[in-house]
Amino acid sequence: MSDAIHPAPDRRRYRDGMRAALPLGLADLAFGTWFGVLAHTAGMGNVAAVVMSATTFAGSAQFAAASVLGAGGSVVAAVIAAVMLNLRYGPIGLSAAPAVPRPRWRAALTAQLVVDESWAIAQREPGRIDHHLLIGAGLALYASWVGGTAVGMLAVGLIADPERLGLDAAAPALFLALLAPQLGSRSRLLAAACGAAVALALQPVAPAGVPIIAASLACLAGLVRGRR
Amino acid sequence: MTSTWATVILVGLATFAIKAAGPLLLGGRELPPRLRGMLDHLPPALLAALIVTQALGDERRLTLDPRLLGLAAAAVALAVRAPVLLVLVAATATTALARLLL
Repeated sequence: MSDAIHPAPDRRRYRDGMRAALPLGLADLAFGTWFGVLAHTAGMGNVAAVVMSATTFAGSAQFAAASVLGAGGSVVAAVIAAVMLNLRYGPIGLSAAPAVPRPRWRAALTAQLVVDESWAIAQREPGRIDHHLLIGAGLALYASWVGGTAVGMLAVGLIADPERLGLDAAAPALFLALLAPQLGSRSRLLAAACGAAVALALQPVAPAGVPIIAASLACLAGLVRGRR
Repeated sequence: MTSTWATVILVGLATFAIKAAGPLLLGGRELPPRLRGMLDHLPPALLAALIVTQALGDERRLTLDPRLLGLAAAAVALAVRAPVLLVLVAATATTALARLLL
């Protein structure tokens, strides 16, 4: 049996996915560490932050939830902010749907390994997802994300004053780094400018977390109306 | 139950549902383009709002402090296409330095 006739055996494709995820896994390990540090600065307990990484496995949403809580926002505001950031996994999961294995409960579990990076790795050609690569890459990224969070929690325990080290500047910088690649189209640039303006206007008058939610809803409303 | 744990559990459940929804409910069908466009524009608006509140917010106020210098350093690092971790180091180091000097 050769690869020329048969596709690579499943186990090897899992391993291919893991290997492809290795450089990104290192980055995820470091991001996980940052999340641990920021969650600690925001007053989340050690165990809660690690459990969140293990059960949510979506970096930007976790950073957003921790930030809102850290700024004194309510649970509702933190959850809404995180959910709105994660809504993009709806369409992403949809594009992976034909590739994930049946039965349905397995499809639901496999879809949990979909993050931006694993989705990119598993996309052999545009629009076609290899689910073995997805699972291999997803598991590798998951391990480094959760492990990194634990490392961050342990590391930050040694730091007495996070503000002296400028760690409170890490969250806005990270959100800027996540935003930058999305500004390619003019309409998305407009959405970002609108979001910033509404947040700026509401920050002095609304409870923590509310400016963020209001900003994105206002911009969506504008977008819908503008398209009509 | 503390608010931290409530957030952890609710965000976890919601994320599970969002990720599972595509394969479970819709199979291979596509989303309407209009809805897809809206979902495309949520992250930039939300992230920009988060940047503002995280860089300028202090309780229920706007303040100018060394975090803004850190954000500027991050913008410069991004403009020269530095890797994200370097961007974070630039932001924190600049902020720490400014606090030390100012």
